[in-house]
Amino acid sequence: VTATNNGEALVDEATVATVLSRALATGGDFAEIFAEDRRGSVVSLDDGRIEDLSSGRERGAGIRVVLGTTTGFAHTADLSARGLLAAAEAASSVASGGGGGARQAPLSRRPDRPSLVEVLPTTVAKADKVELLRRADAAARAAGGSVRQVSASYAEGRRQVLVANSEGVLAGDDQVRVRFGVSVVASGDTGMQTGTESVGATMGFEMFDRYDVDALARSAAGRALLKLGARPAPSGTMPVVIKRGSGGVLFHEACGHGLEADHIAKSVSVFTGQVGEQVASPLVTLVDDGTMSHEWGALAIDDEGHPTARNVLIEDGVLTDYMWDWLRARKEGRPAPANGRRQSYQHLPMVRMTNTFLLNGDADPDEIVRQTPNGVYVAQLGGGQVNTTTGDFVFGMTEAYLIENGVLTEPIRDANLIGNGPQALRDIDVVGNDFAMGRPGTCGKQGQGVPVGMGQPTLRVRALTIGGTAR
Amino acid sequence: LSELAELAEKVVGWSRPGETIEAYLSRGTETDVHVYGGDIESLSSATTAGAGIRVVAGGRQGFASVGSLEVGALAEALAEARDNAGFSSPEPWVGLPAPDGARPAVLDLWRDELASYPTERKVAAALDLERQVRALDPRINRVESAQWADVSGEMALASSLGVRAADRSTACYLSVTAVAGEGADSKEAYGYTVGRAPSELVPTAAAGDAVARAVRLLGAAKPRSAHLPVVFEPRVSARFSSLVGSSLSGERVLKGTSLFADRLGQPVAAPGFTLVDDPTNDAAWGASCFDDEGLACRRNIMVQDGVLQCFLYDSTAARRAGTSSTANAARAGYKSAPGVGARAIYLVPGTLSPQDILAQVGDGLLVQSVSGFHSGVNSISGDFSVGVEGLLIKDGELASPVTEVTIASSIQRMLQGVVAVGRDLEWLPSSAAGLTLAISEMSMSGA
Repeated sequence: VTATNNGEALVDEATVATVLSRALATGGDFAEIFAEDRRGSVVSLDDGRIEDLSSGRERGAGIRVVLGTTTGFAHTADLSARGLLAAAEAASSVASGGGGGARQAPLSRRPDRPSLVEVLPTTVAKADKVELLRRADAAARAAGGSVRQVSASYAEGRRQVLVANSEGVLAGDDQVRVRFGVSVVASGDTGMQTGTESVGATMGFEMFDRYDVDALARSAAGRALLKLGARPAPSGTMPVVIKRGSGGVLFHEACGHGLEADHIAKSVSVFTGQVGEQVASPLVTLVDDGTMSHEWGALAIDDEGHPTARNVLIEDGVLTDYMWDWLRARKEGRPAPANGRRQSYQHLPMVRMTNTFLLNGDADPDEIVRQTPNGVYVAQLGGGQVNTTTGDFVFGMTEAYLIENGVLTEPIRDANLIGNGPQALRDIDVVGNDFAMGRPGTCGKQGQGVPVGMGQPTLRVRALTIGGTAR
Repeated sequence: LSELAELAEKVVGWSRPGETIEAYLSRGTETDVHVYGGDIESLSSATTAGAGIRVVAGGRQGFASVGSLEVGALAEALAEARDNAGFSSPEPWVGLPAPDGARPAVLDLWRDELASYPTERKVAAALDLERQVRALDPRINRVESAQWADVSGEMALASSLGVRAADRSTACYLSVTAVAGEGADSKEAYGYTVGRAPSELVPTAAAGDAVARAVRLLGAAKPRSAHLPVVFEPRVSARFSSLVGSSLSGERVLKGTSLFADRLGQPVAAPGFTLVDDPTNDAAWGASCFDDEGLACRRNIMVQDGVLQCFLYDSTAARRAGTSSTANAARAGYKSAPGVGARAIYLVPGTLSPQDILAQVGDGLLVQSVSGFHSGVNSISGDFSVGVEGLLIKDGELASPVTEVTIASSIQRMLQGVVAVGRDLEWLPSSAAGLTLAISEMSMSGA
């Protein structure tokens, strides 16, 4: 394996130093360059046909200049010294007249993390990717005559980045991700229902050694067929058991966003000022960890050039820390932010989650259901949303069952659940010993989407509101 | 010809025998200002440009995009699109549209005023909006953010079948998120104003709206579950109108995944419900002379007085269905290949004011905002379930605010249950307009 300096091909070190100095020239007290070369391809199958192969390439740099709490930002697709200097000038205009007096610290190159990718997706024939989708289509259609439509997609992306700043940070990363999804529509007397499955990892094409696309397709089809016979979801508040691996979104929404330091700094989080306090059931230990190899939200460095880390956010129910980016960490005089992320070079970084998950408890997952006289069992969750100011959050269930007398009985139709973050965290009354990570997620915040991972063991929330229609 | 149009022409000139090429080029210059606590929080400015290239050969389509307008980058994207085309399934209906002779509307979507508007005044406008919000009500204890955003965008499209299109538009936007608080209770709401030029903005309306909406939610409680009439405010009804529009995609009809596949000519909604997509109306923020395959945009009435009239098509779906394109090709910028989509959906307004509608409903729920739309709405089954903020309606008047509550129904039942359509049409900075809309019954889930 030859040693590489990731991102070096984007902008050379001498140019980086020149551009950062120019960015500081008007009086800013911090400057940063984030250069990125991103390539991706998507193959999609729908209606039994390979409808489209799409490829895209984006290459450019964003330059940020900070003076106090004010940030100037500009980006350019022109990675020449001329293009970068023009962007530096535009970004620095906001700092004009500033007495920052910051000087460029000597750049200190951080060694790259060795690549974990075994098979770069771009080295795999397009025909092989097409074949994966055809197999998924055939497997889903074989699941039964009520399968009406199948769509499947394969996506690959490679993102090479270089980050450097006036504090001397110089770091690069090479991020490779692969994702596969299948969606099935089944049709019956009660109308149409959908079932989906998706897998994704920060790794190469070897991901398909881990996952069997036929099995995923059958699972998605089974879910759609099951829901043809589902009854309307209940309407009202009751205990909810969430299957392992499917419910990390509960924590992502109930408290993850509320623990992002930018919300805290503006006091628009219900968790403001609560470090050291009991904010959750003692059964809750919540971690955000960008270092987990191969997980969907994994990164060697965040998008501000700092190494990712494992951060314990809540330990035994006590709030231990928020998540930080550079700007908020500096304001609070803290070292080592690890959660500054951005969608692309065209965006400013902000505090974002990476892989966020609840640690194991000690309950037997089957026993959790048996000990629940009545409620809802959620086997698959969709996305969610939170209002950090009020703490109210919603998330969707896409496979769920009634629990009656400690036994799963009938499947129920899709609906959202709603709860209040702090209350839901206190209402977690059993946590299983069967931890698993869940499906790949895309977290949206202020218009920027980034890949995030989530996970949890099977658990029960004493009371959540099910937004169904049953009378 | 504009520089973009010349470049598009150049790409099309690279086509080889036996293939057709379409080049879609766009460029946008944006300024984005966030202010907080009387200071600039961030000021961003940049020009973004790129191209999306489609190649069709032997009934197979390939697509590639690139975030650059350099000739070398365009040539690489074309080569990639050409390679991609070799792997898709050949179908007789796959192809680019030929010119259809429809004349584009003459629209006035560009204002020189924006290009010369100084950055200092944009910053000042955002700061002033923040101050206005703080001054309006003592219960406003924070402004989460106040923002100025503007964009001047242009596009050009050319194809080797002879389609040529070029268009440009400007827009600017001021918005604010206000946080109202009393004791431990906090509620937030946003207000906005949008125009094609700064002189068209009404910041006082944005401030007043954000404050009134945040303050009126203070003291919200979780109500008991019930089945009751629901009134959507314009911002909410716009999202549901868009949802109905997406179910009327001709492509989905062909694939058997539209709720309305077999319903053409039949009543699908209550009388008085007329749903139109009209990008030729320059009051719409999605107004455009051309669709994203370069055909002239036109007015399509999808549902008239409750009866389903037509589906929406791009050229590929139309050819497969044996009909003609309704000029509803849409793409999410240069990075995506076109699919079927609406740009300017609205409900034809009725005669009632919002107050009239509350009086007519008597007792029910007014919905001011929804959450979890992406996780709780299934446009294939038609079921939806979303979190809401709003106020109960008692005896025709707004009463106590509600929190941590959902509403649920299905698209089919909602359309049949429309009992009042407001006269208060409001074009939102999106692909839809909203108005006050009352539905006879939905499930509200609470305590």
